[in-house]
Formats: sequence, C-alpha cells, structure tokens
Amino acid sequence: MSLVWLVPALPLLGFLVNGTIAVVRPRAKGLVSVVGVGVLLAAFGVALMVARALAAAHPDAPVVFRYWDWMPVGTLAVSYALQVDALSVVMMLVVTGVGSLIHLFSVGYMRADAGYARYFAYLNLFVFFMLTLVLGANFPVTFVGWEGVGLCSYLLIGFWFSDTVNADAGKKAFIMNRIGDFGFLIAMFLIWRYTGSLDYTTVFERAPDVLTLGGGAATAIALWLFLGCTGKSAQIPLYTWLPDAMAGPTPVSALIHAATMVTAGVFLVARTNVLFALAPVAQAVVAGVGALTALFAATIALKQWDIKRVLAYSTVSQLGYMFVGVGTGAMAAGIFHLTTHAFFKALLFLGAGSVIHAMHHAYHATHAHDDAQDMRNMGGLSRFLPWTATLMWIATLAIAGIPPLSGFFSKDEILGAAFARGAAQPIWYLFWALGLAAALLTAFYMARLMLYTFHGPNRTGAREQVHLHEAPWVMTGPLVLLGMLSVVGGVINLPELVGGTTWLHHWLEPVTAAGAALAPAAHVTHRTEWVLIGGAVTVAVVGIAAALRALDLTALVPARSAPAETGLGKVLNRKWYVDELYEALFVRPTVWLSRNVLWRVVDVKLVDGAGVNGSAAASRILGWLGGRLQTGELGFYATVFVLGVVAVLARALK
Amino acid sequence: MSPLQIAFWGFAILAVITAGMCITRRSPLSSALWLIVTLFCLAVLFTLLDAPFIGVLQVLVYAGAIMVLFLFVIMLLNLGRAGPGDMKGLLGAAIAALLGVALLVQLRGLGDAAPPAAIQLPPGTVQGLQRQQGVVGSVAGPLFDTYLVPFEITSVLLLAAVVGAVVLAKRKL
Amino acid sequence: MLLGPSLAVSAVLFAIGTAGVLLRRNAIVIFMCVELMLNAVNLTFVAFAQQLGTGGQIFVFFVMAVAAAEAAVGLAIVLAVYRHKETVDLQHINLLKG
Repeated sequence: MSLVWLVPALPLLGFLVNGTIAVVRPRAKGLVSVVGVGVLLAAFGVALMVARALAAAHPDAPVVFRYWDWMPVGTLAVSYALQVDALSVVMMLVVTGVGSLIHLFSVGYMRADAGYARYFAYLNLFVFFMLTLVLGANFPVTFVGWEGVGLCSYLLIGFWFSDTVNADAGKKAFIMNRIGDFGFLIAMFLIWRYTGSLDYTTVFERAPDVLTLGGGAATAIALWLFLGCTGKSAQIPLYTWLPDAMAGPTPVSALIHAATMVTAGVFLVARTNVLFALAPVAQAVVAGVGALTALFAATIALKQWDIKRVLAYSTVSQLGYMFVGVGTGAMAAGIFHLTTHAFFKALLFLGAGSVIHAMHHAYHATHAHDDAQDMRNMGGLSRFLPWTATLMWIATLAIAGIPPLSGFFSKDEILGAAFARGAAQPIWYLFWALGLAAALLTAFYMARLMLYTFHGPNRTGAREQVHLHEAPWVMTGPLVLLGMLSVVGGVINLPELVGGTTWLHHWLEPVTAAGAALAPAAHVTHRTEWVLIGGAVTVAVVGIAAALRALDLTALVPARSAPAETGLGKVLNRKWYVDELYEALFVRPTVWLSRNVLWRVVDVKLVDGAGVNGSAAASRILGWLGGRLQTGELGFYATVFVLGVVAVLARALK
Repeated sequence: MSPLQIAFWGFAILAVITAGMCITRRSPLSSALWLIVTLFCLAVLFTLLDAPFIGVLQVLVYAGAIMVLFLFVIMLLNLGRAGPGDMKGLLGAAIAALLGVALLVQLRGLGDAAPPAAIQLPPGTVQGLQRQQGVVGSVAGPLFDTYLVPFEITSVLLLAAVVGAVVLAKRKL
Repeated sequence: MLLGPSLAVSAVLFAIGTAGVLLRRNAIVIFMCVELMLNAVNLTFVAFAQQLGTGGQIFVFFVMAVAAAEAAVGLAIVLAVYRHKETVDLQHINLLKG
C-alpha cells in the first residue's frame, strides 16, 4: 500500500517525458505511444496492488501517507498526503483502468495528428491531477487536483487551438469551472473555521460535534461545496461548458468529460458525505438540482444533430442521476452509477470516435467539406462498422437501463433510494418522478442516435461510402473491453433483491458509515422494489420502442440541405437558449463593465492618469518648485537662512 | 543708580541708536561712519565690564583697522554716494523687520538665563586679577599659556588671509 | 550685575545686525552689518567674562583677529566681483540662478 505514491507519479513522469519529446522531437510518435500508454498501464497495475493490499488489511480508518509539510502556518498544518481507503481505491481503479483503454484508443485516433506528443503529455498530466484529486488526504491536495484537471481540460479542449472556436470552448470550460472553484474555496474556509482542520479524517471526526444537524453552518458548507460540484460536474447552472467542450478530440471527451473529470463532483460529495449528512436541506438541493439537470439535459439531447453533442448532454443528464444518488445519502449508489457510466459512456464516446474517424477519412478522401459529426450525414453505418455498431448498441441498452446490463442496476438503485426517502419527505417523490421521466427520454434519444447513425439509408454519399471502414484494432480493442465491462459491470453491486451481496456498498462502508449514521437511509419493501424496477424497465423499453416507431429514417437529408428547425424542436435544438441567456445576463454586462468602467475609468483615468502620469506631473511640479528656490540672489538665500534660524530657535526654546 | 550704571545705559542706548542709523542710511559711507561710532560705544561698554584691554583693542583693531579698510574699499569703488537700489523695497523691509523682531524676542528669552552658581566667580575677581597681573597681563597670561595653540593657529590664519586677499585683489595673476 | 542689561543690549544689536543683512542690497553694507553682529556677540562674551573668568575676553581677542582676516578676504572678493560686474548690488550678482 505504501506504493500508492507511484500511482500519480507514473503519469506525471509520462507528462515530463512526453512533454520533453513534444518540445524537442515532436515526431517521435512511437516513443510517445509507449511511454504514454505504458505509464497508465503501470499505474493501473500498481493501483490493483494497492487495492488488494487494502482489501487484505481491512483497516478501520483510512491509511494516510504523509510526504512532506506543505503549509505549516500557525495552527494550520497542511501536508501533501495521500489517502488509501475504499473510495479512493475505487476511483483510482476507474481512472487508471478506463484511462488506460482510452490512451490505447488515442494511439490510433491521433496517429495522424502533428501534436501527438503534446496530446499524450497533456493526457498524462490530466491523469496525474485526477489521481491527486481522488487520492488526496486533505482538502487542499484535492483542490490542487481539482484545479489541475480544470487546467488540463482547458489545454485539451483547446487542443486544436488554431481554430478560435476550440480555444473559446476551452476558455469557457475553464472560466465556468473557476466559478465553481470559488464555491469550493469558500467551503474550505468555512470548514477550517468550524473544525480547525483541513484533513479529511480530522474534519469528519469533528464535524458532528461542531456543526449542528441541519444548522446554518453545515448547510452553508455543503451548498458551497455543491457549487464547486456544479461547476466541475456540469450541473445547472454551470453546465453549458460541457457541450462546447466537444470541440476537443473525442478520446478527450471520453476520458475527461465522461468518465473522470466530471465525476469529480460526485466523488467530492461522496468523500464529504458526513458534511452533507449534517445538512438535509443541502442534500435535497443536491438531489433536486441533479434530477432537474437530468431531465433538462435529456430534453436538449432529443434534438441535437451532432453525435458528440447528444453524448455530451447525455453525460450531463447521467451526472444528474449520480447527484440524485449521492444527494439521497446513498453514496454507494452514486459511485456505482459513476463506475458503470464510466464504462458505457466511454464506450459510447470512443465508438463515436470510431465513427467520426471513419467519416473524416471518407470526406478527406473525396475532398468534401461536410460535417463528419453531424448525424444527418450518417446513416446505415452498421454495414461498414459492424463492431462499433454492436458495441454501441450494448452501451445504449446499458444507459437506457435494460437488465441485466450494468446501467440497469446502478440507475435502479438510485431511483429506488430516491423513492425510499420520499416516505419521509414527499419532495423526494418529485425527484424520483423527474428521474423516471429523464430515463424515458434517455432511452429515446439514445435509440435515436443509434438509428440515425447506424441504420436506415446512408446519407454520406455514394463516393464516400467506399472509404468507410472499421477502425484498426488498437481502437476497436478497447471498445470491446469496455463493452464487456458494460455488460457485466452490474455484478459489483447486485442488490439483495436478486440475491446479490451489494458488494460495492459494503466495500464503501468504512467511508460512508459515518454519514449514514447521521441520516439513516430509508428502506422500501421488496414488493415496492419490484414495482419500481418494473416501472423503470417499462419506461426504458417504451422509450426505445417509441424511437423505433416514431422516427422516420427516410425523411432525413444530409446536413447541408437540411431544413431549419421550427417550434419546440427549435427551442430544444437551441438548448432552451440558455447560452444566449447567460450571454445577456452575465457576459455582456461583464464586458460592458470591463470596457467602460474598469478600462476607461479605472485604468485610463485612475491608474494611468492619476497614478503614472500623475506622479510624473507631481515630480515635475516639485522640481519646478525646487527650481524656483534657486534664485541665485544672496539676499534671498540670507532671508531663508535667517528664517531657518528663527524656526530652529523657536523649536529649541519651546 | 550708580555712575557705572548711568554710564553703561547711556552708552548702551547710544550704541543701539547708532546701529539703527547704520543700517538705515542710504549711502554706504554714512553707514560705515555710523558703525564706527557704534564700535566706539561698544568699546566703552567693554571697559565698563572690566575688560579695558579688549576695549582698547576694539578701538585699535576694529574701529581703527577694519573699518578703515571698509572705508578704503568704499572710496576705491566710488560707492560713497547713495546708489539707486541700495535698500530693498517695502516687502523686503517688512520681512527684514519681521525676522529681526522675531529673532530679538527669541534672544531675549535666552538672555534671561543665568550661569549656574557653581561656576560663577565671586564679583570683583576679574578686577583683582587685573590689579595683580596688570590689565594686559591678565589677558596675555592665559593667552600664552592655556590658549597657546589657538594663538599660533590664528597667526597662520592671518597669513592665509593676507595671501588670499592679495591673490583675489590682483588685476592679473 | 551688569550681565542682564548687557545681554539685552547684545540681543538688540544682533537683531539690528540681522535686519540690516536682510534689508540692504549693497554687498559692503551687508558686510558691515555682519561685523555688527559679531560685535554683539563680543559684548556677550565680555559680559560673561566678568562672571566666569578671563576666558571670555580671550575669546573676544580671537574673534577680532578672525574678523580682521575675514574682512580682508571678503573685501578682496568684493573688489574682484566689482571688476567683473561693475556693481556690488547683490541682486545683479546671481550667476547661481537656476
């Protein structure tokens, strides 16, 4: 277990090596591939060893490894420390495991790109920061990772920065993340103020004593933390960066914006479950925002044409589910869905990557300039990419919640937990209902995505068709692995209802027990559970069937000649005009303020005018005054002399 | 009032009046002559204060040599007559008067100080000393004794002054 | 016993001398006012010498010697300036201006 420091250190090493290569010898792609993927696989191996050691040791408290004193200031003593416990091990495995597969996929996907070495450098750096985030033993270390993944997200979204759209998307992501980070910081200050420490073990020990259950302080802390989560995990109101982030390479979308970075918010809530358990109001807010986001994003996904946008909104929606899970207090459910979502969402994104790769190749060969990501240009691709199509269907069924795939179990557990809590507070029934509605829409839009992309007549064009083919094995291999995980992933937390042992729930107990003790989760009878399951499955099936019936695949035309959207479809396609709303509410006033007040008044008049030019003018005036004293007339000098004597005498004789 | 005091006050007032005349005459020649009178009054005051030797020196050196030098230069430069701008205007006069009065007030404050009794000699000591060693002797004694070094240095100073004066006043070096 | 009045006279003479220095523009007259100030100080020394010993008188002795030297050199300077500027009016002797 003491080798845990290797897990983040290996990707960091990868970053340094690849970074150096990127600067010195950008064309050494072979070496970059070996290093970039190798460090991830090695990290995964070490992570497995650490996990086994933890399982064998079964400690009561988290095992903390302190490496050096970082901020010994007065009574605050923050050290750079990593923590090995149930939760961090799970996250570590997900990050390194799924990360390795995506790195492998990237070898094929980014092969032709000139910035290959830079890409892997950034990707490795990202994994380093993400691991720092999940392994941190105190808030500041986690925050370092938190900020770091934000930075890497910016670097990778704007990877092809020569196109301003991509650079703008990167900036948008970073800025919105920063707003959330502000919330995280405020929460940290409050935690320090009330508990006097920033180490997880100490804070969670002291919190129940110093914070009253349901009190203002606890609620404030939890809500500020959640603000950070909304930024990082793209919930309302800070979600608009995620769809724009699709401007980055597809494996980046898979890793950062599906499997790992965006889940940091869920992880944080799970990590600080004690604090949230002390603030039921905050829990309701978390679940409420999550449920609302889940439904809201699902509605937008219904009418998006870009394949990656659909998946982006799907991610936002699924993250909403996770927050419903952790908001209920059922941390295990949230983490369970986090894990299964990592499997099938990564699979979906990588599959989309395969599709886009093929489309690019085709358009490149025929010198066409159509959008390779627009579903209206696709259709009937299952003929050309059979493996991708099959695997993506598996993922689609998983995300829709069809048993016995992994997504079914995780989603169901969340909905069950929400429903159970409704007995105590009826509002949770509303959250459950929103979640169920979102499930219906999820099934529909995912089926829509699959139908438009892989089935029906092909709209890519006759000349391009000959160039469409399956991706090389280095890309399809990881897809297969992820597909298998999506199928069997449910096994890690099978509910007792079907004779399972809820293994993940028990595994996470050392972390979640404290919080659960404060706010015991409600239970439902087995009968109710069967009814709920039946309802969820019905909804999923209905959604898929509705898509199959209602969507007329022959009515689609390629994007360049597609008609404009109208009515509700237009509103959904334009994302409920939220971006425009933010633009008007926040962006334009800020720009106006910056230009007219901060620049024209503060900078030009105050800083330049009074400050810089003013001090120069003052110097000149003082100099002029001094010059006036040098008359050269002895009489004047004598007068001043006597004046001085009189003054000195006056002082001395006082 | 004793004759001593009458004499003192008389000559003191005279000194002040002539000093005032000195600074207010337009012609430099008049100023110089009035100053000579002032110096003479001061010499009398010195004598009344048990310093006859110094009084004589005042007449001999100050009034006799220094002031003659002044008169010599005034005559050489033909400045005897009143020049147009020899005195400052109204503002200058006002400032001068103001500062003079300020200084006077402050110095009067100083004047009230008395030397500490510990170092005060009994009255009549200096007179006794003068009777003993003679009027010149009482000054010359310490001069060649305790104050020998300053005495010698003063002679060097006078030499330097002479050389300087000669050099500065020459038409061509 | 004549100490107080002597100091008073001395103060008055000193003030008059200062006023003279500030009042006049002719360099030679200013010089004379400075001599007046020196004499006022001499009076102070002599007055105190009556109380504290002949050291005061000896100091007057030195003051006179220095005043003589100073007068000689000063007037030589005035002569040299007059040769250049044809005037001893201090207002016109302002090469140090600026």
